[in-house]
Amino acid sequence: MKNTACALLLALALPAFADGAPLYDDLGARAGVHAIVTTLVPLVLQDRRIAASFDGIDMKHLALRLEEQFCAVSGGPCTYKGKDMKTIHDGLNITNAQFNALVEDLQEALDRNAVAPAVQNRLLAKLAPMQRDVVTK
Amino acid sequence: MGKLTATGGVSQLEGAGGGGLVPWALITGYGTRDSWGANAHATRVRTQDYGLDTWGVAAGVADRVELSLARQRFTGARAPLDRLQIEQDIVGVKLRVAGDAVYAQDNWLPQIAVGALAKRNRGIGGLGALGVTSVTQLGAQSEHGVDWYVAATKIDLEHSLLWNATVRATKANQMGILGFGGDKGGSYRAQLELSGAWLVNRKLALGAEYRMKPANLGVDPEHDYADVFVAWFPSKVFSVTAAYAQLGQITVFNPTRQRGWYLSAQAGF
Repeated sequence: MKNTACALLLALALPAFADGAPLYDDLGARAGVHAIVTTLVPLVLQDRRIAASFDGIDMKHLALRLEEQFCAVSGGPCTYKGKDMKTIHDGLNITNAQFNALVEDLQEALDRNAVAPAVQNRLLAKLAPMQRDVVTK
Repeated sequence: MGKLTATGGVSQLEGAGGGGLVPWALITGYGTRDSWGANAHATRVRTQDYGLDTWGVAAGVADRVELSLARQRFTGARAPLDRLQIEQDIVGVKLRVAGDAVYAQDNWLPQIAVGALAKRNRGIGGLGALGVTSVTQLGAQSEHGVDWYVAATKIDLEHSLLWNATVRATKANQMGILGFGGDKGGSYRAQLELSGAWLVNRKLALGAEYRMKPANLGVDPEHDYADVFVAWFPSKVFSVTAAYAQLGQITVFNPTRQRGWYLSAQAGF
């Protein structure tokens, strides 16, 4: 039993990850990323925790930038053409809870598009460090 | 409720936020850096010959400070110890000092916290016929003790894994249930405690833990603890953790290596 626990701990340590396809392909490439963002935007606008933050924002433009960003961070053939995260969120007093609310909406959008949990987490790994620039409160 | 599901961990055997056996660097509850969270938990462990029940409350403030209160009750299930009952109170405090387990996905620095678990053994019941009412009569040097620890926790989203390593300085025998220090030693000893988990999805984690323990007491050939666990988070207000634990031999009078089920429930925000 103790050996089992040790073996499991060791197994978790082994870098035996089937790290085959680039994240972008696992997300379904261009069509997949487009579908994810298309699902995400209405979820955000219906989310009472954060909907007000998007008042007066051009959501079509935002969706395009999100697609670009998800494509770029996941290794796809795109360049993010928007402003950097710090500039965009400067002075908005976004809380960590609001940041996480958006993450949860994204997770819901990924679920609805049948993206596997491990692939979801790989995308979140790319986006998570943005918390430092986005959350200012 | 601002934290992401499961990122406050569960409640470990001594009431701190962590895994099942090991305190982690995560601050318990779902409070974020501008809020707070709190929870209550109850845990039941049953081995061949003994039982351990723990219950308590804990709060996390600003995702920075954690305070916890827990009561442990250790019981014997088999004659002549079937009326044995030992209770212990534990006050815990934890301070997050560096890093971020969740958001720092672009570097390897884990979240690091320091903590203390102040314990007071409330004495032994059920051995009155032998005249034994205190752990000091079994050879322990004290009924009080403080464990000090440093914990490092990292959630590796790229691989859906969680890692924790804790170093604890302790004098406790069986976490303090058999007192602190003894005839074989009475000074602080550093013990390593490890946890690893696979984050199957947002609501499910599978993992294992290993916890070294000192052996200060002649009547207690103390062994390291280990477990394999599954933790389920159906929502942010409730989680349940089931484990199979190996706790080793508890006294020289009973050579059976104790193993059995561990079940813990936590409710909070």
